[in-house]
This record gives sequence, structure tokens and C-alpha cells, in this order.
Amino acid sequence: MKSRLDEQTIALRAAREFTDGSVVNLGYGMPGLCANLIPEGRTVFFQSENGMLGYGGLATDAEKDYEIINASDQPVTQLPGMCFFDSAASFDMIRGGHIDTVVLGAYQVSEKGDLANWGRPGRPATGMGGGMDLAAGAKRVIVTMLHNTKEGRPRIVRHCTYPLTARQCVSLVITDLAVIEVTGEGLVLREIAPGWTVPEVQALTEAELVPAADLKEIEL
Amino acid sequence: MTVNKVFDNCDEAVADIVDGAIIMIGGFGSFGGLPINLIVALARQGAKNLTVIANMGGVGFELSHRIKPGGYQDAGILFENGQVKKFIGSVPALGGMPPTSPLEKLYNEGKVEIEMVPQGTLAERIRCGAGGLGGFYTPVGIGTVVEKGKYKKTIGGKEYILELPLTADFALIKAHQADALGNLVYRGTARCFNPVMATAARTTIVEVDKLVEPGQLDPEAVVTPHVYVDRIVEVSG
Repeated sequence: MKSRLDEQTIALRAAREFTDGSVVNLGYGMPGLCANLIPEGRTVFFQSENGMLGYGGLATDAEKDYEIINASDQPVTQLPGMCFFDSAASFDMIRGGHIDTVVLGAYQVSEKGDLANWGRPGRPATGMGGGMDLAAGAKRVIVTMLHNTKEGRPRIVRHCTYPLTARQCVSLVITDLAVIEVTGEGLVLREIAPGWTVPEVQALTEAELVPAADLKEIEL
Repeated sequence: MTVNKVFDNCDEAVADIVDGAIIMIGGFGSFGGLPINLIVALARQGAKNLTVIANMGGVGFELSHRIKPGGYQDAGILFENGQVKKFIGSVPALGGMPPTSPLEKLYNEGKVEIEMVPQGTLAERIRCGAGGLGGFYTPVGIGTVVEKGKYKKTIGGKEYILELPLTADFALIKAHQADALGNLVYRGTARCFNPVMATAARTTIVEVDKLVEPGQLDPEAVVTPHVYVDRIVEVSG
């Protein structure tokens, strides 16, 4: 069995997308890991939907303050220049286009960039949280997720069968096998995990992938 | 003359919450900014058929240990007690947790109604209710289950959904400090939904870490003006 990237490595690849000086929101779960993985020399202002801008990385046990938490209920560190605000102001910021990049988890992404990330069969009571607002309002939506379900089914599909978060909102998908860009000409396979071939990744993907002319190994 | 808003304890502050009341509960996730002492007092008080408006439905004491060492009570206790008939919020249950939170169990047994609202829409609906507005148009939820049955309008070539205001009979909120008049300041991300909900209820009840005298809070730093606050309880821990 060939190895796939672990969650930490997926998050590290996602964090490379953060441009210097940009405002970034990290969704629930795996995206939260990005906070500790900003490329050296870049300043990123993390926005958290519960009303915080400019926090640092995940807090160590000694640093933990349960009134300074990210959207995944994890304590984070404080940085000079950070600020707090209420939920209404936070979502004004989100819907109003002040978030450059959001990183979200997903159950499914479609070939058109539709996102399904909050509800799944058998769990009708799980909610969308701020996912719909973020998907609709952020300038760029990056998805980090595992390429396949535990049962091996593709998560990158022609049409989402799980409840939608927003239509045609995803720009880039980073999985444990590939980096895929959503374009007008379809899903472009930009990078591939070490040791994997295009047919192998395609076989694990329901939607059609278009290999980029300059396709390369995932670079970290 | 000013009305005395300071209560000795949470039990007295929630004593007159009646069956069928609509209750807003501040906070964000499972514990951040949650008025835990007021929630537990409401559980003791026992009012039933409540409608709860909160960002999250709570995970309950059992699952809470997975989130914070030692565990804690959250809104889950109200569902466990069977006090709630309807929940309005953005995260009734966490997908990353087992389906055993009190609200999710109750929902799966058909014993509670859920109105699922995107988080930003929830905040804005409450703000509309607080400000006496009739609703607002948002692009959030277009093309999803959220738009079902709602009026849609195209404005400037973009599709929007009409969302309606929310108000409550009581808001239970948490702040860091209050002065005796009810001016409030918050701390860190424990601010979240608290200032928004404080403005949208007929009776707003706040638990605070510290109660001070009028004049001791910097007027420039006050987040919630005292006109919105009806009852104050200083709690410890």
C-alpha cells in the first residue's frame, strides 16, 4: 500500500497558499492545524468566526486560556495587535468580503466546485455553523480533506449527494493524494503525492481530472 | 432613583421564566462565553416547552470531557431534562462527535424540533429583532436547503434570501464585568453572541465574573450599554 499524506502535511501544503499580509479564516477540524504552519517570513492575520482577528498558533498546555479560543474550541495564543468583536460584526466581516482565504473541511466537492461540508446521511442534526457564510463570503475557498471516505469512496464527485454548503465556491482542493484547482475547464490536477501516478489518483476520483501541463509532486 | 438589577444568585434571577418561553443563550461553541451558571439554574428551575435560540445545542456533560479537561455543563442539560420543544441555531450537534449529545438523541427520537440557521444569519436575525427591523436579504444559503420555502429576490444581479428577525422573552448571557447599572464588558472570545443577544430579549439576565460600581468601567470600553440589561448576578469560577 502506498502512503498518503497525513493531516499535518495536508495542512502544511494549505498554509503555503497564504499570502503575506492576508486575512485567513480556518474552519473546524483539520484546517485549524494551519495556524501553526505559516511559511516563514509571511504575516497572516487569522480571523475566527467567534470574534477574533490576529491570533497566533495553538496554545501549549501552559498557555491555555479557555476564553481565547478558535472556532474549533481550541485555545490559541495572543499576538500584539489582535482584537475581539461580537458574532454579528464577525459575520459582517465574513459576508462583506474582508476574508482573503478560508480553509474548510469537506465531505464532498463537485467538479463545478460545489461544496458539501456539514451534513451527512444518518446525522440530520449536525449543523452548518458558519460554513455557509464563509463559503459565500470569502474571496478564496480552499478545501482540505481526505481524498476518499473510510470505505474508499471518492469525495471528489461529479455532483454532490450530501447537503450543499454553497454552489461553485471552491477554488482549490488539497487532499492526501493531490492538489486540484477548480477551473472553468474542469478540475485541474496540479500536484500529486509522491509515488502516485495520474491513473491511480483518477481511479480514486469520480470527477474527471485534467492533468496540468506542469504537473508536479506535492511540494512542501 | 435606579432599579436594583443585582440579584444574589442565579436561581432567583431565572425564577420567573415560564413554561413556553423563548430563551436566547449566549456563547459560541460548547463552552466559550456560555452563561453556565444561569443554564444550570434554569435546569434546576424546570421550566418546560422552551424554545432555545443558541449558536450550538451543547454536547452535554458526558461528551464535554472530550473538549475540555474536567468537563463542564452546557445547554445539553436543558435537553437532557426534556425542557425544550424547539432549538434554533447553527450547530445543533457537532459532526466530529458521536451522535449521543442530548439534543441529537432527542431529535432522533422525534422529541424536539430543530430550525437550522447559518451562523451569520443567526447573528443578523437577532440583530434585526433587537433593532426593530423586519428582516434582511442575504446571499448565504442560496442553492442549499436553507432557501427552502423562503422568499428570494434578485438585487443587482445577485440572488438573495429574505431572513426574518428573532427576539426572545429572556436572554441568558455571560460577560466579564458589569457595573451595578448593567454596563457590560467582555473578555476575549467569550464575547461572541453575548452582546448581540443581550439586545434582543424583553428581559436580559447576565452572569459576570466581577461586579463593580458605576464609574469603574471605562465608558469607551463598554460594549453593552446598561439599557439592555435587566438582571445581574456575580458568579465565581
